[in-house]
Amino acid sequence: MNALGDTVESYLLLASLIFTIGGVGFLVRRNVLVQLMSIELMLNSVNLLLVAFNRVHPDAMTGNMFAFFIIAVAAAEVAVGLAIVLSYYRLKSTVYTDEADLLRH
Amino acid sequence: MSAGNLLFVVCSIACLAGALITVSAQNPIRGAMGLLTTIFGIAGLFLKLRAEFLTAIQLIVYAGAVVVLFVFVLMLLGPDARAPARTGRSGASRALGGVLFVITSLLGIVSLSRQGGEHPLGLPAADHGTVEAVGRTMFGPAIFVFELVTALLIVAVVGAIAVARGRQGSVTKRPATKSPRELFAGPPRPRPVPRGLGTEGAE
Repeated sequence: MNALGDTVESYLLLASLIFTIGGVGFLVRRNVLVQLMSIELMLNSVNLLLVAFNRVHPDAMTGNMFAFFIIAVAAAEVAVGLAIVLSYYRLKSTVYTDEADLLRH
Repeated sequence: MSAGNLLFVVCSIACLAGALITVSAQNPIRGAMGLLTTIFGIAGLFLKLRAEFLTAIQLIVYAGAVVVLFVFVLMLLGPDARAPARTGRSGASRALGGVLFVITSLLGIVSLSRQGGEHPLGLPAADHGTVEAVGRTMFGPAIFVFELVTALLIVAVVGAIAVARGRQGSVTKRPATKSPRELFAGPPRPRPVPRGLGTEGAE
């Protein structure tokens, strides 16, 4: 029995918990900003998992590279997402997804 | 229990507490602080996993840029970013979210415990996770992906500016502002506040 944090399973469990919290937050919350933060939570948990799997095969740095690229993509996603939120706020004066019903009728 | 295990436990608790605060806080500023806690916890776990370069990148990009961007937008929106007085579905959806979370956690724990055997972390090389080791991969096999990411960041920056500025027509329709005092007098659609920015020392 290895101690906590010495097996990849402990990281797997932690990352899945964080991913689930982020996914539930994205589905349940209606504030666009909180939804974007939940997406960040999910991306972070996947990064953690990639780095943990990299330590199982420590002779290559592939997992670290993937995590690095995911961080870059997440930064781009947040920049564009927040710009869209600002544009939406200028249109509707709210940041709640319930009000985004221009395509409904 | 070594110091590394203690680091794992502390960082895991920080991650989970921050994630729960992020999705449950009514005030989004508190949510941003929860996200910051999670990011610091993950950075500590990267340190435990001997990924020093990613620890630095995580702190610089996420804590330094992403969370600050969130806080900027929250400050720009002001009290409108908070939850309005809502009715109805909120309690049901919250309960549904809790049920989903419990079910997924149980499934994860059960499937992890049933697969049998643990996979210990391998013994890393001396330069595992350092800038040199990551750079050898980044500027070796992954150079094309790296260049694509630079292109993506340029496109994202230009796109963010274009989307946030809105159309040129709507910009020209606005009346031209003359003095800096007029320019900083408040938001274009002012909320009912007692006095605008720049008029604090007027009376």
